[in-house]
Amino acid sequence: HLVKLGVHEVPPPSSGLLTPTMGGFVQIKLAVYFLTIGLVLLNLPCGSYTEIPPKPPGTVTVLPPVTPAEGPQAFPDAENSNLPVFTMNYARIQVPFEVTLWVLLASFAKIGFHVYHKITFWVPESCLLISIGLMVGAIMHSVHEEPPAVLSYNVFFLFMLPPIVLESGYFIPTRPFFENVGTVLWFAVVGTLWNSIGIGMSLYAVCQIEAFEVQDINLQENMLFAAIISAVDPVAVLSVFEDVSVNEQLYIVVFGECLFNDAVTVVLYNMFNFVAEMPEVEPVDVFLGVARFFVVGLGGMGFGVIFGFVASFTTRFTSNVREIEPLFIFMYSYLAYLVAELFSISSIMAIVTCALTMKYYVEENVSQRSCTTIRHVVKMLGTISETLIFFFLGVVTITTEHEWNWGYIMFTLLLALVWRGLGVLVLTQIINPFRTIPFNFKDQFILGYGGLRGAISFALVFTLPDSIGRKKLFVTTTICMIMFTVFIQGISIRPLIEFINVRRTNRNLETINVEIHSRLIEHTIAGVEDLCGQWSHYYWKDKFLKFNNRILRKILIRDNRAESSIVALYKKLELQNAMEILDTVSGDINAGSSIVSLQYVYPLSHSSACFLSLSLSLSRSLSLACSLSLACSLSLSFSLSLLLAFSLSLSLSLSLSLSVSFCGLVTLSVSLSLCPPGCLSYTSFHIVHPSSLTHYPFNLNRSDGYLRNPEGFGLGSIYQG
Amino acid sequence: MGASQSAGTEHEFQDLADRTGFSLEQIGNINKRFRQLTNNEETLSREDLASIPALDNNPIRAQIINAFFDKRNLHQNETGTVQEIGFEEFLLVMTHFRPAAMGLTEEERENLRREKLRFLFNMHDTDSDGTITLEEYRWVVEELLSKAGIIGQETAKAIADAAMLEVAGTTRGKMEPDEFYEGITFENFLQILKTFDIETRMHVRFLNMDTATLRCGKSK
Repeated sequence: HLVKLGVHEVPPPSSGLLTPTMGGFVQIKLAVYFLTIGLVLLNLPCGSYTEIPPKPPGTVTVLPPVTPAEGPQAFPDAENSNLPVFTMNYARIQVPFEVTLWVLLASFAKIGFHVYHKITFWVPESCLLISIGLMVGAIMHSVHEEPPAVLSYNVFFLFMLPPIVLESGYFIPTRPFFENVGTVLWFAVVGTLWNSIGIGMSLYAVCQIEAFEVQDINLQENMLFAAIISAVDPVAVLSVFEDVSVNEQLYIVVFGECLFNDAVTVVLYNMFNFVAEMPEVEPVDVFLGVARFFVVGLGGMGFGVIFGFVASFTTRFTSNVREIEPLFIFMYSYLAYLVAELFSISSIMAIVTCALTMKYYVEENVSQRSCTTIRHVVKMLGTISETLIFFFLGVVTITTEHEWNWGYIMFTLLLALVWRGLGVLVLTQIINPFRTIPFNFKDQFILGYGGLRGAISFALVFTLPDSIGRKKLFVTTTICMIMFTVFIQGISIRPLIEFINVRRTNRNLETINVEIHSRLIEHTIAGVEDLCGQWSHYYWKDKFLKFNNRILRKILIRDNRAESSIVALYKKLELQNAMEILDTVSGDINAGSSIVSLQYVYPLSHSSACFLSLSLSLSRSLSLACSLSLACSLSLSFSLSLLLAFSLSLSLSLSLSLSVSFCGLVTLSVSLSLCPPGCLSYTSFHIVHPSSLTHYPFNLNRSDGYLRNPEGFGLGSIYQG
Repeated sequence: MGASQSAGTEHEFQDLADRTGFSLEQIGNINKRFRQLTNNEETLSREDLASIPALDNNPIRAQIINAFFDKRNLHQNETGTVQEIGFEEFLLVMTHFRPAAMGLTEEERENLRREKLRFLFNMHDTDSDGTITLEEYRWVVEELLSKAGIIGQETAKAIADAAMLEVAGTTRGKMEPDEFYEGITFENFLQILKTFDIETRMHVRFLNMDTATLRCGKSK
């Protein structure tokens, strides 16, 4: 590929496109910068198929033929006698270069939004990204460039979607999820079916109306289209619901539903696709469809679980290759996804179940650093993917060909809303009696309103076979649907939640008391249920935990010490506090007082200290002060002794002091100081008083509660018992 | 009305239903279970409860069993324990596990919370002095962790200490060095658990399970 315009020729950036409503001069500058980059990109031929490889294998390298005029040469050509000092070979790096620039562009947009943070509070990031994408798309369209084919079927489903779904699966709150798994599956499967069939049928009815001129869309095509747009999309939903804190039950049901409806969508899509090409449908096909649903759903979960266990088993042996531990997580989950795609079963469910299964065992096997790395990289990949998807949604909206039909589009929007609302109402009524915490009407409203559509529908609609005559209309309708839900529903959901006052979650800090009492209540309820001969999900949970402890943990975890969640939380809090202490202490390490601050520095204590100081001056220039301090602790004595000595020196002196304490009772400190001849005598400065622990930790000078005292106390202090 | 003669009469059930807030069907189910546990006798003793096999794996079974015989849970103003309870007392203890009905007023919800938290508090406070001391708390933590593998005594003690400190910190604020924290009172207990939605979590659905077919419980 040849370079059309030289890269160094940058057209003047036009900042007029962005009005300064976003506030801030910085915003405009950033906009200018990334518009510049965008325009730079435009000058390059980007019509080629661009792959975005998130993982090392599989990159496409394009090697241009070496022409004699370019590039460093092994031997100089006799015709062009001079050695070229500066050469350029763009075509060689084109693909990775463009990929990087697009990712950077989208990321700059993300940075830009947060400069003026009020915007991100009211407008979800997905909307902002789509808007920027729309602008860039407009620019590209006006110069007749094709955007990179990011939302094409293969690129989207093989590279863009897995990181997002992995992130959602990895960070699912497992306990609420398993407590609500029935509701989640109910909504995911039955809800999606209800929506598809309802929308499909009613759209077919709408098509019969002559005024809309869409009578050529037959029933199968309508059903196919309905299957595509009825699926709630994880990408859109998560980006909106993350910022809004609804109560845990609601969150987990919405979250779970959008992840698990993939099975139904896949089956319906394939079924209707297949059927749309056939002249007639036989009843046996419907039964086969149902059977296929089970294969798809259960197969997806099965593959996920298998790969999860294999991954956990592998990490059992990675103690000597800590650096590549995170790699296994990513490779195995991606493998689960690809194998599921191979068999055309639900890959999203596969990767989600793989992440769910893996997380618990892997985090016990890998090192702390690997754990942090895994979490961080998963989040990063997920965020990048999501950003790119929304961005390109905006770009591609402008550059595809559309076919507009008022009637069809408006009715689709209306019917989607109506059927979702109805569906949620009916399904909740049926399942509420089985729930421990039933959904009230406010919850149901948010459940229905939060059904956003997104990029999955978009990618699916592109892959409709061209034999469908009205494909462009479907594309346009899908885009309208996505824009409507993401913009209007996404923006309005936060004020609505506040307005109707849905139960919110208490993001309280983890405290040991709450954890202990959670466990206590669980055991109590389990006990009372056993007493009453009842069983509920606590029964299954108990059984699973026993199975887990006896068999699974032994196989999958390297050093198998069963641990209660209380102990785990306790250790975690301890670690946090230790880090906090180190942070505050290391801030004021200086020559004299550092050692002292690591001991118990309290102005009052129950101990009395005697201090004996011996100061020896070896020469006029060097004095060695050796001091021995004996501190006895008497728990009943209230006497204070503080020993202060001042260090006065009339000229510069260097001093080093070392202090060692034995069991908190005896402190020996040696200080060495160097002063030039002629200075006055020198004495050392100490504040010492160890305080010992008594049997009741409460009358320790713990001024503000559990391990929060930044004055510093010994790390092991309270636990000497 | 400690031991009702033929507790199958509708009239008595209705009376109980009015007083405890259970439905007739739930009372019927609980009664069936009561009959099963007591071998069709009138009163329930500790041995009856202790012999339920499913409870063996529960780390806090001792506390749970004691809770049924604790006078404080039986809405009596005395302290101490009884040796045997009748069906009515059994039902009274079960009222602590009623689900929170929809459409409760704030006050009713608060009362429900207090009732359930009182039950928990009584489980901790074994000497009935109104405060949970360090020893009592330690005992609870040790029991809880006893089934969770080999946890050293020291760790359990340390955890209990940390939890007490947390309570002290939250409820008392900055303490003077020579102050002594006696124990958690019920008000403190309410305070530390105020973010905990106990009214939704602590309940049992008294559905009609055909208890004869379950392997747990006594088969008769």
